[in-house]
Amino acid sequence: MQADDSMKKNIWNLDEIVEKLPEYIETLKEVSEVLLSNLIMAGEIPAPTFKESKRVEFILDRFTEAELQNSSTDEVGNAVAILPGAEGKENILIVAHTDTLYSEKVDHTLTIQPNFVIGPGVGDNSLGLAVIMTLPFILEHLGITLDSNLILLAASRSLGRGDLEGLRFFLSNTDIPIIAGVSIEGVQLGRLSYSSIGMIRGEISCTVPEEYDWSRFGSVGSIVTINEVINQILEIPIPKRPKTTIVFNSIESGTGKFSKIPKSAFLRFEIRSESDDMVHEIYQRIEDITADISYRSGDEVSLTIYSKRRPGGIEFSHPLTRNVRSIMRSLRIKPRISPSTSELSAFIDQKIPAITLGITKGDRLDDDRESIEIEPIFTGLAQLVALLLAIDGGQCVDNK
Amino acid sequence: MSTINKWLKENTFHHSRFQNINDLIKEKEKQELSISLCIPTLNEEKTIGKEIVIFKSELITKYPLLDEIAVIDSGSTDNTRDVAGSFGADVYLAKEILPEVGAKKGKGENLWKAIYQLKGDIIVYIDADIKNIHPRFVYGLIGPLLYRKTIQYVKAFYERPLTTSHGVRPSGGGRVTEILVRPLFSLFFPELSALIQPLSGEYAVRRSLLEKIPFPIGYGVETSHLIDVYNMLGMEAIAQTDLDQRVHRNQQTRDLGRMAFGILQTVLSRMNSLGIISELPALNHTLRQFQTDDNIFETVEHNILEEERPPMIEIPAYREKMGYK
Repeated sequence: MQADDSMKKNIWNLDEIVEKLPEYIETLKEVSEVLLSNLIMAGEIPAPTFKESKRVEFILDRFTEAELQNSSTDEVGNAVAILPGAEGKENILIVAHTDTLYSEKVDHTLTIQPNFVIGPGVGDNSLGLAVIMTLPFILEHLGITLDSNLILLAASRSLGRGDLEGLRFFLSNTDIPIIAGVSIEGVQLGRLSYSSIGMIRGEISCTVPEEYDWSRFGSVGSIVTINEVINQILEIPIPKRPKTTIVFNSIESGTGKFSKIPKSAFLRFEIRSESDDMVHEIYQRIEDITADISYRSGDEVSLTIYSKRRPGGIEFSHPLTRNVRSIMRSLRIKPRISPSTSELSAFIDQKIPAITLGITKGDRLDDDRESIEIEPIFTGLAQLVALLLAIDGGQCVDNK
Repeated sequence: MSTINKWLKENTFHHSRFQNINDLIKEKEKQELSISLCIPTLNEEKTIGKEIVIFKSELITKYPLLDEIAVIDSGSTDNTRDVAGSFGADVYLAKEILPEVGAKKGKGENLWKAIYQLKGDIIVYIDADIKNIHPRFVYGLIGPLLYRKTIQYVKAFYERPLTTSHGVRPSGGGRVTEILVRPLFSLFFPELSALIQPLSGEYAVRRSLLEKIPFPIGYGVETSHLIDVYNMLGMEAIAQTDLDQRVHRNQQTRDLGRMAFGILQTVLSRMNSLGIISELPALNHTLRQFQTDDNIFETVEHNILEEERPPMIEIPAYREKMGYK
């Protein structure tokens, strides 16, 4: 459907926006192949963290093709462009991360079926990127011209050791005032994150020194030492309030051969808590444990921090959150409200109200058979368009 | 040799030269041409959806370079036709096109019937099993036809240098090309040996030429096209475009043996009809391959008969449809 004149004027009232949503969903189906094409073409370009340049180049081509303004990259490899608003007095930032969990060696071929798209990283976050790239086309097709400028940011270096470097860099170095941020994740539809929990991600490495006495008896090797580290971390008391968890994400050691005594071991962990003090208290305890075990075992046990997040965010009752919940309710999307450890924390550090939304349903995430459903995408897009209209209409400002 | 090098220099392109699709569209409109994409299929449900989504989005919705996307199916037993239809392709069963001429099995049959069914002045043929599909597979082949009127037939080839040095490196086609087709061309049609990948399944052709050439329905269709176009119009009518990398299923050597058998039949019969060789004996159409079962050798026989469809222009229904007298 091409926009008729009556749709060119923006709708300001949430009830009016919600009323339009069923029509939007039907119209959005007409842009299906453009979105899926962007999803496939971007998603098939490998983009492990720090090696995202080819994917970013593709995204920039798409921004240029859409005749966006200021289409450019920066020192950390972000792709950014602006869809100018009718008035351009305010700015809304839409962000999706460009990096994936998969190395370049993984076959990134995506398969498309009538109801599904399957392949590594398709939901996390090729779909999010496809939405960013297709949004100018979507708004044009719906006949919507926002009053605010829409800043489209494909943010680099988000995952793992990237530690949200792209988004942090952009927010720290731009002089454009941003009224609200929306972080797009491919999955799951219904995701609503408006706060970030405190977090530290780190790695404990254990290395057996070269001068190790291999003739000594008893249990030997780095696995024994890392096991002792785990045992002692498990003895750290975890409070019920504030909610706190320690997650052991991965452990790696040994060569798989019987004849070899393992010389190194690596344990990756995450401390999460609603309280920043609690995160740091537990981190301090882990630091003490590693130092103590290093001293007693004679192994080199060291601790490295990959990333940190401060807790924070907007209130449940903030108009941004409230409006999203209303939009979801009208679309019969069941909200999955959860704190986030992703892009939100970069917004929080800059005191910008922001939320994270999911676009569709997905399965087998973090697996190379990851899949997303096509049909719910249109509901997810309608949800995003409605939110943009609400923000643009000034309905998501907290006047408290 | 200098003729071959001249042709290589002047009639070999890289897809990047045609990446400004708006310019292609202007040329197309100026010349008042229509362009059809034909994808022949047989059980391609895993890759067909992606091809259609990308071509439709990039070459119809966003840039109207193509006028139609058609899937001509040989009777798939999987969901190929449903998948293709669900993403907006026009889907046809080969046997339902021109039913009065009957149905034959083979990819060439689909390509031939597409001439009748599709409306384009240019028809682009793209295989359905390409995993890394990209719009360049289409615009890279159309470009030379739009920019040089003498070019009638554009063939794809696939190159991807492993390094960026400018040194000399070997280049060529697959196993059947290098072991059979290029040696044959070098012996009998030396200029055609300049085609880097004569067997590639991707090519774009003007209808005015397509309707005048016969179509072997099996493995020999690509080879016979090149020989026929060369004999009718010379090398100036042929061009080739580098489309970079193509990722597809790898074929077993035994399958390639069957392909080579079909191609050899076609080339021999062409040489016979062109008077290059004479007194060709009746050809045996059975290829024998072998397998062992518990150390006992067994013969596996394949009957491969390279039947041929006449030039489409000789079919009365086509002449009527096109308004030819």
